[in-house]
Amino acid sequence: MKRLVALIPMAWLGLFFLVPFLVLLKISVSEPAIAQPPYMPLLDWADGILTIALNLGNYIFLTEDPLYLLSYLSSVKIAAISTILTLLLGYPMAYVIARAPEHRRGLLLMLVILPFWTSFLLRVYAWIGLLKANGIVNNALLAVGVIDQPLVMLQTDFAVYLGIVYTYLPFMILPLYATLSKLDADLLDASADLGARPGTTFLTVTLPLSLPGVVAGSMLVFIPAVGEYIIPALLGGPGTLMIGSVLWNEFFLNRDWPVAAAVAIVMVLVLALPIGLLRRVQAREGERP
Amino acid sequence: MSRTVLRLVVIAGFVFLYAPIVSLVIYSFNESRLVTVWSGFSTKWYGELLRDPQILGAAWISLKVAFLAACLATVLGTLAATALVRHGRFRGQTLLGGLVTAPLVMPEVIIGLSLLLLFVALDNALGWPGGRGLSTIVIAHATFGTAFAVVVIQARMVALDRSVEEAAQDLGARPLRVFFDVTLPGLAPALVAAWLLAFTLSLDDVVIASFVASPGSTTLPMVIFSKVRLGVSPEVNALATLVIATVSILALIAAWLSARRRGAVSV
Repeated sequence: MKRLVALIPMAWLGLFFLVPFLVLLKISVSEPAIAQPPYMPLLDWADGILTIALNLGNYIFLTEDPLYLLSYLSSVKIAAISTILTLLLGYPMAYVIARAPEHRRGLLLMLVILPFWTSFLLRVYAWIGLLKANGIVNNALLAVGVIDQPLVMLQTDFAVYLGIVYTYLPFMILPLYATLSKLDADLLDASADLGARPGTTFLTVTLPLSLPGVVAGSMLVFIPAVGEYIIPALLGGPGTLMIGSVLWNEFFLNRDWPVAAAVAIVMVLVLALPIGLLRRVQAREGERP
Repeated sequence: MSRTVLRLVVIAGFVFLYAPIVSLVIYSFNESRLVTVWSGFSTKWYGELLRDPQILGAAWISLKVAFLAACLATVLGTLAATALVRHGRFRGQTLLGGLVTAPLVMPEVIIGLSLLLLFVALDNALGWPGGRGLSTIVIAHATFGTAFAVVVIQARMVALDRSVEEAAQDLGARPLRVFFDVTLPGLAPALVAAWLLAFTLSLDDVVIASFVASPGSTTLPMVIFSKVRLGVSPEVNALATLVIATVSILALIAAWLSARRRGAVSV
Protein backbone atom coordinates (compact mmCIF):
# COMPACT_ATOMS: atom_id res chain seq x y z
CA MET A 1 0.00 0.00 0.00
CA LYS A 2 2.67 2.41 1.10
CA ARG A 3 4.69 1.39 -1.90
CA LEU A 4 1.81 1.96 -4.27
CA VAL A 5 1.46 5.58 -3.14
CA ALA A 6 4.94 6.39 -4.43
CA LEU A 7 4.78 3.94 -7.32
CA ILE A 8 1.73 5.35 -9.13
CA PRO A 9 3.00 8.92 -9.63
CA MET A 10 6.48 7.56 -10.32
CA ALA A 11 5.16 5.26 -13.04
CA TRP A 12 3.11 8.06 -14.57
CA LEU A 13 5.90 10.63 -14.58
CA GLY A 14 8.40 7.97 -15.63
CA LEU A 15 6.28 6.93 -18.61
CA PHE A 16 5.18 10.42 -19.70
CA PHE A 17 8.20 12.51 -18.75
CA LEU A 18 11.33 10.34 -18.50
CA VAL A 19 10.73 7.72 -21.21
CA PRO A 20 9.91 10.43 -23.80
CA PHE A 21 13.51 11.66 -23.40
CA LEU A 22 14.78 8.20 -24.31
CA VAL A 23 12.51 8.17 -27.36
CA LEU A 24 13.77 11.68 -28.20
CA LEU A 25 17.35 10.42 -27.97
CA LYS A 26 16.50 7.45 -30.18
CA ILE A 27 14.80 9.54 -32.87
CA SER A 28 17.70 12.01 -32.85
CA VAL A 29 20.01 9.26 -34.13
CA SER A 30 17.65 7.86 -36.74
CA GLU A 31 17.68 8.49 -40.43
CA PRO A 32 15.05 10.96 -41.68
CA ALA A 33 12.64 9.40 -44.17
CA ILE A 34 9.68 10.43 -46.24
CA ALA A 35 7.25 8.17 -44.46
CA GLN A 36 4.74 8.09 -41.66
CA PRO A 37 6.32 8.60 -39.10
CA PRO A 38 9.14 10.43 -40.93
CA TYR A 39 12.13 8.46 -39.66
CA MET A 40 13.75 5.06 -40.22
CA PRO A 41 13.72 2.34 -37.56
CA LEU A 42 16.90 2.12 -35.51
CA LEU A 43 16.93 -1.64 -35.27
CA ASP A 44 16.52 -3.80 -38.32
CA TRP A 45 16.02 -7.55 -38.22
CA ALA A 46 16.70 -8.96 -41.64
CA ASP A 47 17.95 -12.44 -42.63
CA GLY A 48 18.54 -13.26 -38.99
CA ILE A 49 21.03 -10.43 -38.65
CA LEU A 50 20.33 -7.52 -36.34
CA THR A 51 21.62 -4.29 -37.77
CA ILE A 52 21.64 -1.09 -35.78
CA ALA A 53 21.63 2.00 -37.92
CA LEU A 54 23.03 4.63 -35.61
CA ASN A 55 23.04 7.86 -37.47
CA LEU A 56 24.93 10.81 -36.03
CA GLY A 57 24.25 12.75 -39.21
CA ASN A 58 21.59 14.88 -37.51
CA TYR A 59 24.10 16.12 -34.97
CA ILE A 60 26.78 16.71 -37.60
CA PHE A 61 24.17 18.64 -39.56
CA LEU A 62 23.68 20.95 -36.55
CA THR A 63 27.39 21.87 -36.63
CA GLU A 64 27.46 22.43 -40.39
CA ASP A 65 24.76 25.06 -40.62
CA PRO A 66 25.79 28.11 -38.53
CA LEU A 67 22.10 28.89 -37.94
CA TYR A 68 21.95 26.33 -35.12
CA LEU A 69 25.04 27.44 -33.20
CA LEU A 70 24.03 31.09 -33.57
CA SER A 71 20.52 30.28 -32.33
CA TYR A 72 21.83 28.47 -29.23
CA LEU A 73 24.22 31.35 -28.43
CA SER A 74 21.55 33.96 -29.07
CA SER A 75 18.99 32.09 -26.90
CA VAL A 76 21.45 31.84 -24.01
CA LYS A 77 22.32 35.53 -24.40
CA ILE A 78 18.68 36.67 -24.53
CA ALA A 79 17.77 34.43 -21.58
CA ALA A 80 20.78 35.61 -19.53
CA ILE A 81 20.16 39.33 -20.09
CA SER A 82 16.43 38.90 -19.38
CA THR A 83 17.25 36.99 -16.19
CA ILE A 84 19.50 39.81 -14.96
CA LEU A 85 16.83 42.41 -15.78
CA THR A 86 14.18 40.32 -14.00
CA LEU A 87 16.46 40.05 -10.96
CA LEU A 88 17.06 43.82 -10.90
CA LEU A 89 13.31 44.47 -10.87
CA GLY A 90 12.28 41.45 -8.80
CA TYR A 91 14.76 41.80 -5.93
CA PRO A 92 13.58 45.21 -4.69
CA MET A 93 9.97 44.04 -5.03
CA ALA A 94 10.59 40.85 -3.03
CA TYR A 95 12.58 42.85 -0.47
CA VAL A 96 9.82 45.39 0.11
CA ILE A 97 7.14 42.67 0.31
CA ALA A 98 9.22 40.68 2.83
CA ARG A 99 9.69 43.86 4.95
CA ALA A 100 6.05 44.95 4.66
CA PRO A 101 3.79 44.74 7.74
CA GLU A 102 2.34 41.25 8.25
CA HIS A 103 -1.24 42.16 7.29
CA ARG A 104 -0.20 43.70 3.98
CA ARG A 105 2.19 40.94 2.91
CA GLY A 106 -0.57 38.53 1.88
CA LEU A 107 -2.18 41.10 -0.40
CA LEU A 108 1.13 42.11 -2.03
CA LEU A 109 2.08 38.46 -2.67
CA MET A 110 -1.37 37.86 -4.09
CA LEU A 111 -0.81 40.78 -6.49
CA VAL A 112 2.44 39.16 -7.65
CA ILE A 113 0.84 35.74 -8.12
CA LEU A 114 -2.39 36.82 -9.82
CA PRO A 115 -0.84 37.62 -13.23
CA PHE A 116 0.82 34.18 -13.12
CA TRP A 117 -2.67 32.64 -13.01
CA THR A 118 -3.87 34.81 -15.89
CA SER A 119 -3.25 33.45 -19.36
CA PHE A 120 0.40 33.65 -20.35
CA LEU A 121 -0.53 33.79 -24.04
CA LEU A 122 -2.98 36.66 -23.54
CA ARG A 123 -0.51 38.63 -21.42
CA VAL A 124 2.12 38.37 -24.17
CA TYR A 125 -0.56 39.32 -26.69
CA ALA A 126 -1.34 42.47 -24.67
CA TRP A 127 2.14 43.79 -25.47
CA ILE A 128 1.43 43.70 -29.22
CA GLY A 129 -1.30 46.30 -28.69
CA LEU A 130 1.00 48.37 -26.50
CA LEU A 131 4.12 48.25 -28.66
CA LYS A 132 2.99 48.28 -32.28
CA ALA A 133 3.50 51.31 -34.55
CA ASN A 134 -0.02 52.72 -33.97
CA GLY A 135 -0.18 51.09 -30.55
CA ILE A 136 -1.02 52.52 -27.16
CA VAL A 137 2.52 53.53 -26.14
CA ASN A 138 3.32 55.23 -29.45
CA ASN A 139 -0.04 57.01 -29.53
CA ALA A 140 0.49 58.31 -26.02
CA LEU A 141 4.04 59.51 -26.75
CA LEU A 142 2.92 61.18 -29.99
CA ALA A 143 0.03 62.89 -28.23
CA VAL A 144 2.31 64.28 -25.52
CA GLY A 145 4.80 65.36 -28.17
CA VAL A 146 7.83 63.45 -26.88
CA ILE A 147 8.33 61.89 -30.32
CA ASP A 148 7.10 62.89 -33.75
CA GLN A 149 7.65 59.52 -35.41
CA PRO A 150 6.31 56.27 -33.96
CA LEU A 151 9.08 54.21 -32.36
CA VAL A 152 9.75 50.75 -33.75
CA MET A 153 9.37 48.52 -30.70
CA LEU A 154 7.40 45.49 -31.84
CA GLN A 155 9.29 42.73 -33.68
CA THR A 156 12.60 43.66 -32.06
CA ASP A 157 14.85 41.95 -29.52
CA PHE A 158 13.82 44.71 -27.09
CA ALA A 159 10.23 43.45 -27.21
CA VAL A 160 11.44 39.90 -26.53
CA TYR A 161 13.41 41.04 -23.44
CA LEU A 162 10.37 42.96 -22.25
CA GLY A 163 8.11 39.96 -22.80
CA ILE A 164 10.38 37.58 -20.89
CA VAL A 165 10.89 39.95 -17.94
CA TYR A 166 7.16 40.59 -17.83
CA THR A 167 5.96 36.99 -17.93
CA TYR A 168 8.64 35.49 -15.68
CA LEU A 169 8.76 38.19 -12.98
CA PRO A 170 6.58 36.20 -10.52
CA PHE A 171 8.97 33.21 -10.81
CA MET A 172 11.79 35.48 -9.66
CA ILE A 173 9.93 37.24 -6.86
CA LEU A 174 8.48 34.15 -5.13
CA PRO A 175 11.74 32.28 -4.29
CA LEU A 176 13.41 35.60 -3.41
CA TYR A 177 10.54 36.41 -1.09
CA ALA A 178 10.80 32.93 0.47
CA THR A 179 14.44 33.44 1.48
CA LEU A 180 14.13 37.13 2.37
CA SER A 181 11.11 36.57 4.63
CA LYS A 182 13.00 33.87 6.56
CA LEU A 183 15.91 36.24 7.16
CA ASP A 184 16.57 36.74 10.88
CA ALA A 185 15.83 40.40 11.67
CA ASP A 186 18.22 40.21 14.67
CA LEU A 187 21.14 39.87 12.26
CA LEU A 188 20.19 43.14 10.58
CA ASP A 189 19.80 44.87 13.96
CA ALA A 190 23.18 43.53 15.07
CA SER A 191 24.81 44.82 11.92
CA ALA A 192 23.22 48.25 12.44
CA ASP A 193 24.20 48.28 16.15
CA LEU A 194 27.78 47.59 15.19
CA GLY A 195 27.71 50.76 13.10
CA ALA A 196 27.17 49.43 9.58
CA ARG A 197 25.30 51.77 7.28
CA PRO A 198 22.13 50.39 5.64
CA GLY A 199 23.98 49.93 2.32
CA THR A 200 26.78 48.00 4.01
CA THR A 201 24.32 45.83 5.93
CA PHE A 202 22.53 45.03 2.68
CA LEU A 203 25.72 44.08 0.84
CA THR A 204 27.35 42.10 3.66
CA VAL A 205 24.35 40.50 5.41
CA THR A 206 21.09 40.56 3.42
CA LEU A 207 22.46 39.87 -0.05
CA PRO A 208 24.73 36.91 0.84
CA LEU A 209 21.99 35.29 2.96
CA SER A 210 19.45 35.64 0.16
CA LEU A 211 21.79 34.06 -2.40
CA PRO A 212 19.86 30.72 -2.53
CA GLY A 213 16.75 32.69 -3.49
CA VAL A 214 18.71 34.63 -6.11
CA VAL A 215 20.01 31.39 -7.66
CA ALA A 216 16.62 29.62 -7.53
CA GLY A 217 14.74 32.61 -8.99
CA SER A 218 17.34 33.17 -11.71
CA MET A 219 17.27 29.53 -12.78
CA LEU A 220 13.44 29.46 -12.79
CA VAL A 221 13.59 32.34 -15.28
CA PHE A 222 16.68 31.37 -17.28
CA ILE A 223 15.87 27.71 -18.01
CA PRO A 224 12.42 28.11 -19.59
CA ALA A 225 13.49 31.39 -21.25
CA VAL A 226 16.22 29.59 -23.24
CA GLY A 227 13.60 27.38 -24.91
CA GLU A 228 10.89 30.05 -25.13
CA TYR A 229 8.78 29.90 -28.27
CA ILE A 230 5.62 32.02 -27.80
CA ILE A 231 7.39 35.27 -26.86
CA PRO A 232 9.79 35.43 -29.85
CA ALA A 233 6.98 34.25 -32.14
CA LEU A 234 4.65 37.07 -31.11
CA LEU A 235 7.00 39.90 -30.13
CA GLY A 236 10.29 39.12 -31.89
CA GLY A 237 11.28 40.05 -35.41
CA PRO A 238 12.81 38.12 -38.29
CA GLY A 239 16.25 38.82 -36.80
CA THR A 240 15.40 37.31 -33.40
CA LEU A 241 17.18 33.97 -33.26
CA MET A 242 15.90 31.60 -30.59
CA ILE A 243 16.38 27.86 -30.45
CA GLY A 244 12.75 27.22 -29.40
CA SER A 245 11.59 28.75 -32.70
CA VAL A 246 14.19 26.74 -34.62
CA LEU A 247 12.93 23.49 -33.07
CA TRP A 248 9.31 24.48 -33.79
CA ASN A 249 10.04 25.28 -37.46
CA GLU A 250 12.13 22.13 -37.88
CA PHE A 251 9.18 20.08 -36.67
CA PHE A 252 6.12 21.91 -38.02
CA LEU A 253 7.47 23.47 -41.24
CA ASN A 254 10.34 21.23 -42.39
CA ARG A 255 8.78 18.08 -40.88
CA ASP A 256 12.28 16.89 -40.07
CA TRP A 257 11.61 15.02 -36.83
CA PRO A 258 15.12 13.60 -36.34
CA VAL A 259 16.78 17.03 -36.63
CA ALA A 260 14.14 18.54 -34.32
CA ALA A 261 14.92 15.78 -31.82
CA ALA A 262 18.68 16.45 -32.11
CA VAL A 263 18.04 20.17 -31.51
CA ALA A 264 16.04 19.25 -28.39
CA ILE A 265 18.73 16.87 -27.06
CA VAL A 266 21.44 19.53 -27.44
CA MET A 267 19.13 22.01 -25.67
CA VAL A 268 18.73 19.58 -22.76
CA LEU A 269 22.53 19.28 -22.57
CA VAL A 270 22.90 23.08 -22.56
CA LEU A 271 20.34 23.27 -19.74
CA ALA A 272 21.75 20.37 -17.70
CA LEU A 273 24.07 22.64 -15.71
CA PRO A 274 21.44 25.26 -14.74
CA ILE A 275 18.93 22.48 -13.93
CA GLY A 276 21.50 20.77 -11.70
CA LEU A 277 22.18 24.08 -9.96
CA LEU A 278 18.46 24.59 -9.32
CA ARG A 279 18.07 21.05 -7.94
CA ARG A 280 20.97 21.62 -5.53
CA VAL A 281 19.58 24.89 -4.19
CA GLN A 282 16.10 23.39 -3.80
CA ALA A 283 17.42 20.25 -2.09
CA ARG A 284 19.40 22.36 0.39
CA GLU A 285 16.38 24.57 1.07
CA GLY A 286 14.34 21.43 1.69
CA GLU A 287 16.79 20.21 4.33
CA ARG A 288 16.51 23.40 6.33
CA PRO A 289 13.85 23.32 9.06
CA MET B 1 18.85 52.74 -1.68
CA SER B 2 16.57 55.04 0.20
CA ARG B 3 13.05 54.02 1.12
CA THR B 4 11.40 56.33 -1.43
CA VAL B 5 13.42 54.96 -4.34
CA LEU B 6 12.63 51.43 -3.22
CA ARG B 7 8.94 52.22 -2.96
CA LEU B 8 8.96 53.78 -6.45
CA VAL B 9 10.59 50.64 -7.91
CA VAL B 10 7.88 48.49 -6.34
CA ILE B 11 5.08 50.72 -7.61
CA ALA B 12 6.67 50.72 -11.07
CA GLY B 13 6.92 46.93 -10.87
CA PHE B 14 3.22 46.51 -10.10
CA VAL B 15 2.25 49.01 -12.82
CA PHE B 16 4.42 46.99 -15.22
CA LEU B 17 2.63 43.77 -14.17
CA TYR B 18 -0.88 45.15 -14.49
CA ALA B 19 -0.83 47.86 -17.20
CA PRO B 20 -0.93 45.40 -20.13
CA ILE B 21 -3.79 43.44 -18.56
CA VAL B 22 -5.75 46.63 -17.89
CA SER B 23 -5.15 47.86 -21.46
CA LEU B 24 -6.53 44.57 -22.84
CA VAL B 25 -9.70 44.95 -20.81
CA ILE B 26 -10.24 48.64 -21.68
CA TYR B 27 -9.74 48.18 -25.41
CA SER B 28 -12.06 45.17 -25.51
CA PHE B 29 -14.88 47.72 -25.19
CA ASN B 30 -13.55 49.76 -28.12
CA GLU B 31 -15.89 50.19 -31.05
CA SER B 32 -13.15 50.35 -33.70
CA ARG B 33 -11.68 47.27 -35.36
CA LEU B 34 -8.30 49.02 -35.04
CA VAL B 35 -8.08 47.78 -31.44
CA THR B 36 -5.69 50.48 -30.19
CA VAL B 37 -7.45 53.55 -31.63
CA TRP B 38 -10.34 54.50 -29.35
CA SER B 39 -13.57 55.37 -31.18
CA GLY B 40 -16.28 54.85 -28.60
CA PHE B 41 -17.69 52.37 -26.11
CA SER B 42 -19.18 49.19 -27.47
CA THR B 43 -19.79 45.60 -26.43
CA LYS B 44 -20.19 44.38 -29.99
CA TRP B 45 -16.99 42.30 -29.95
CA TYR B 46 -18.42 40.20 -27.12
CA GLY B 47 -21.39 39.49 -29.35
CA GLU B 48 -19.12 38.55 -32.28
CA LEU B 49 -17.16 36.30 -29.96
CA LEU B 50 -20.22 34.39 -28.81
CA ARG B 51 -21.28 33.84 -32.42
CA ASP B 52 -17.90 32.48 -33.53
CA PRO B 53 -18.37 28.70 -33.83
CA GLN B 54 -14.60 28.03 -34.12
CA ILE B 55 -13.89 29.75 -30.81
CA LEU B 56 -16.86 28.18 -29.04
CA GLY B 57 -15.92 24.69 -30.25
CA ALA B 58 -12.30 25.12 -29.19
CA ALA B 59 -13.37 26.50 -25.81
CA TRP B 60 -15.49 23.42 -25.17
CA ILE B 61 -12.56 21.11 -26.03
CA SER B 62 -10.25 23.14 -23.78
CA LEU B 63 -12.67 22.99 -20.85
CA LYS B 64 -13.04 19.21 -21.17
CA VAL B 65 -9.26 18.73 -21.38
CA ALA B 66 -8.57 21.08 -18.48
CA PHE B 67 -11.19 19.41 -16.27
CA LEU B 68 -9.84 15.89 -16.81
CA ALA B 69 -6.18 16.95 -16.64
CA ALA B 70 -6.75 18.87 -13.39
CA CYS B 71 -8.48 15.87 -11.75
CA LEU B 72 -5.66 13.51 -12.76
CA ALA B 73 -2.99 16.01 -11.70
CA THR B 74 -4.58 16.49 -8.27
CA VAL B 75 -4.75 12.74 -7.58
CA LEU B 76 -1.21 12.11 -8.82
CA GLY B 77 0.06 15.20 -7.01
CA THR B 78 -1.52 14.09 -3.72
CA LEU B 79 0.08 10.64 -4.01
CA ALA B 80 3.50 12.09 -4.88
CA ALA B 81 3.35 14.68 -2.08
CA THR B 82 2.31 12.01 0.44
CA ALA B 83 5.25 9.84 -0.57
CA LEU B 84 7.71 12.74 -0.48
CA VAL B 85 6.57 14.30 2.79
CA ARG B 86 5.31 11.37 4.86
CA HIS B 87 7.26 8.29 3.90
CA GLY B 88 10.66 9.23 5.21
CA ARG B 89 13.54 7.93 3.14
CA PHE B 90 12.59 5.40 0.49
CA ARG B 91 14.19 3.98 -2.60
CA GLY B 92 13.58 6.21 -5.58
CA GLN B 93 12.87 9.28 -3.44
CA THR B 94 15.50 11.34 -5.25
CA LEU B 95 14.13 10.13 -8.57
CA LEU B 96 10.56 11.09 -7.64
CA GLY B 97 11.77 14.47 -6.33
CA GLY B 98 13.52 15.10 -9.63
CA LEU B 99 10.55 13.89 -11.68
CA VAL B 100 8.18 16.34 -10.00
CA THR B 101 10.48 19.37 -10.26
CA ALA B 102 11.94 18.93 -13.76
CA PRO B 103 8.65 19.56 -15.65
CA LEU B 104 8.36 22.92 -13.84
CA VAL B 105 11.33 24.37 -15.70
CA MET B 106 11.76 22.17 -18.79
CA PRO B 107 11.11 24.27 -21.93
CA GLU B 108 7.68 23.47 -23.35
CA VAL B 109 8.98 22.75 -26.85
CA ILE B 110 11.03 19.85 -25.43
CA ILE B 111 8.15 18.41 -23.38
CA GLY B 112 5.82 18.71 -26.37
CA LEU B 113 8.16 17.16 -28.91
CA SER B 114 9.32 14.29 -26.68
CA LEU B 115 5.75 13.39 -25.67
CA LEU B 116 4.61 13.40 -29.27
CA LEU B 117 7.49 11.08 -30.22
CA LEU B 118 6.51 8.79 -27.33
CA PHE B 119 2.88 8.66 -28.48
CA VAL B 120 3.95 7.87 -32.05
CA ALA B 121 6.34 5.15 -30.86
CA LEU B 122 3.67 3.62 -28.59
CA ASP B 123 1.18 3.74 -31.43
CA ASN B 124 3.56 1.83 -33.67
CA ALA B 125 4.43 -0.74 -31.04
CA LEU B 126 1.14 -1.27 -29.20
CA GLY B 127 -1.52 0.48 -31.25
CA TRP B 128 -2.19 2.81 -28.31
CA PRO B 129 -3.22 5.66 -27.88
CA GLY B 130 -4.54 5.21 -31.43
CA GLY B 131 -3.74 8.57 -32.93
CA ARG B 132 -3.68 11.94 -31.31
CA GLY B 133 -6.57 13.85 -29.83
CA LEU B 134 -8.28 14.67 -26.58
CA SER B 135 -6.66 11.85 -24.63
CA THR B 136 -3.09 12.72 -25.62
CA ILE B 137 -3.61 16.38 -24.65
CA VAL B 138 -5.10 15.30 -21.32
CA ILE B 139 -2.11 13.05 -20.60
CA ALA B 140 0.35 15.81 -21.49
CA HIS B 141 -1.43 18.42 -19.37
CA ALA B 142 -1.89 16.06 -16.42
CA THR B 143 1.86 15.41 -16.47
CA PHE B 144 3.00 19.01 -16.05
CA GLY B 145 -0.06 19.77 -13.93
CA THR B 146 1.09 17.10 -11.47
CA ALA B 147 4.40 18.91 -10.99
CA PHE B 148 2.60 22.13 -10.02
CA ALA B 149 0.03 20.28 -7.89
CA VAL B 150 2.83 18.66 -5.87
CA VAL B 151 4.32 22.08 -5.01
CA VAL B 152 0.98 23.33 -3.64
CA ILE B 153 0.01 20.13 -1.79
CA GLN B 154 3.51 19.55 -0.39
CA ALA B 155 3.56 23.03 1.18
CA ARG B 156 0.27 22.36 2.95
CA MET B 157 1.25 18.84 4.03
CA VAL B 158 4.46 20.05 5.65
CA ALA B 159 2.43 22.62 7.63
CA LEU B 160 -0.21 20.08 8.76
CA ASP B 161 -0.10 18.98 12.38
CA ARG B 162 0.98 15.36 12.36
CA SER B 163 -0.13 14.70 15.91
CA VAL B 164 -3.78 14.52 14.84
CA GLU B 165 -2.95 11.70 12.44
CA GLU B 166 -0.90 9.97 15.10
CA ALA B 167 -3.79 10.28 17.56
CA ALA B 168 -6.13 8.64 15.06
CA GLN B 169 -3.59 5.88 14.55
CA ASP B 170 -3.22 5.37 18.30
CA LEU B 171 -6.98 5.09 18.58
CA GLY B 172 -6.82 2.18 16.17
CA ALA B 173 -7.65 3.74 12.80
CA ARG B 174 -6.07 1.95 9.86
CA PRO B 175 -3.75 3.97 7.57
CA LEU B 176 -6.31 4.28 4.78
CA ARG B 177 -8.95 5.48 7.24
CA VAL B 178 -6.51 7.99 8.77
CA PHE B 179 -5.79 9.31 5.28
CA PHE B 180 -9.44 9.74 4.27
CA ASP B 181 -10.79 10.94 7.64
CA VAL B 182 -7.93 13.09 8.91
CA THR B 183 -5.28 13.91 6.28
CA LEU B 184 -7.58 14.59 3.32
CA PRO B 185 -9.91 17.06 5.09
CA GLY B 186 -6.84 18.91 6.37
CA LEU B 187 -5.49 19.05 2.84
CA ALA B 188 -8.78 20.12 1.24
CA PRO B 189 -7.91 23.80 0.65
CA ALA B 190 -4.60 22.83 -0.96
CA LEU B 191 -6.33 20.22 -3.10
CA VAL B 192 -8.77 22.81 -4.43
CA ALA B 193 -5.91 25.26 -5.04
CA ALA B 194 -3.86 22.57 -6.83
CA TRP B 195 -6.84 21.57 -8.97
CA LEU B 196 -7.51 25.19 -9.94
CA LEU B 197 -3.85 25.79 -10.77
CA ALA B 198 -3.65 22.66 -12.96
CA PHE B 199 -6.94 23.69 -14.58
CA THR B 200 -5.81 27.21 -15.49
CA LEU B 201 -2.38 26.00 -16.68
CA SER B 202 -4.07 23.48 -18.96
CA LEU B 203 -6.47 26.14 -20.23
CA ASP B 204 -3.45 28.29 -21.14
CA ASP B 205 -1.09 25.90 -22.88
CA VAL B 206 -0.37 26.40 -26.58
CA VAL B 207 3.02 24.84 -27.21
CA ILE B 208 2.59 21.34 -25.76
CA ALA B 209 -0.96 21.03 -27.09
CA SER B 210 0.21 22.01 -30.59
CA PHE B 211 2.55 19.01 -30.61
CA VAL B 212 0.19 16.39 -29.21
CA ALA B 213 -3.15 17.56 -30.66
CA SER B 214 -4.71 16.39 -33.90
CA PRO B 215 -6.41 18.70 -36.42
CA GLY B 216 -9.76 17.69 -34.96
CA SER B 217 -8.86 18.61 -31.40
CA THR B 218 -7.75 22.23 -31.60
CA THR B 219 -7.79 23.85 -28.17
CA LEU B 220 -8.78 27.43 -27.42
CA PRO B 221 -5.20 28.73 -26.90
CA MET B 222 -4.23 27.20 -30.26
CA VAL B 223 -7.05 29.13 -31.96
CA ILE B 224 -6.09 32.34 -30.13
CA PHE B 225 -2.44 31.87 -31.07
CA SER B 226 -3.20 31.46 -34.77
CA LYS B 227 -5.42 34.58 -34.63
CA VAL B 228 -2.94 36.82 -32.81
CA ARG B 229 -0.02 35.81 -35.03
CA LEU B 230 -1.82 37.83 -37.68
CA GLY B 231 -1.96 40.88 -35.39
CA VAL B 232 -4.31 42.31 -32.78
CA SER B 233 -7.96 41.35 -32.99
CA PRO B 234 -10.82 42.93 -31.03
CA GLU B 235 -12.45 39.53 -30.52
CA VAL B 236 -9.32 38.23 -28.82
CA ASN B 237 -9.44 41.28 -26.52
CA ALA B 238 -13.02 40.45 -25.59
CA LEU B 239 -12.08 36.83 -25.01
CA ALA B 240 -9.07 37.90 -22.93
CA THR B 241 -11.31 40.01 -20.72
CA LEU B 242 -13.60 37.04 -20.07
CA VAL B 243 -10.60 34.78 -19.34
CA ILE B 244 -9.03 37.35 -17.02
CA ALA B 245 -12.30 37.82 -15.15
CA THR B 246 -12.81 34.07 -14.72
CA VAL B 247 -9.22 33.35 -13.73
CA SER B 248 -9.14 36.23 -11.25
CA ILE B 249 -12.22 34.85 -9.52
CA LEU B 250 -10.78 31.30 -9.45
CA ALA B 251 -7.40 32.57 -8.20
CA LEU B 252 -9.07 34.62 -5.46
CA ILE B 253 -10.99 31.53 -4.33
CA ALA B 254 -7.81 29.42 -4.36
CA ALA B 255 -5.81 32.06 -2.48
CA TRP B 256 -8.59 32.55 0.02
CA LEU B 257 -8.79 28.80 0.62
CA SER B 258 -5.07 28.33 1.10
CA ALA B 259 -4.73 31.49 3.21
CA ARG B 260 -7.73 30.80 5.42
CA ARG B 261 -6.07 28.64 8.01
CA ARG B 262 -2.50 29.70 7.55
CA GLY B 263 -2.46 33.46 7.17
CA ALA B 264 -0.19 33.15 4.13
CA VAL B 265 -0.66 32.75 0.41
CA SER B 266 1.10 30.11 -1.62
CA VAL B 267 1.20 29.58 -5.36
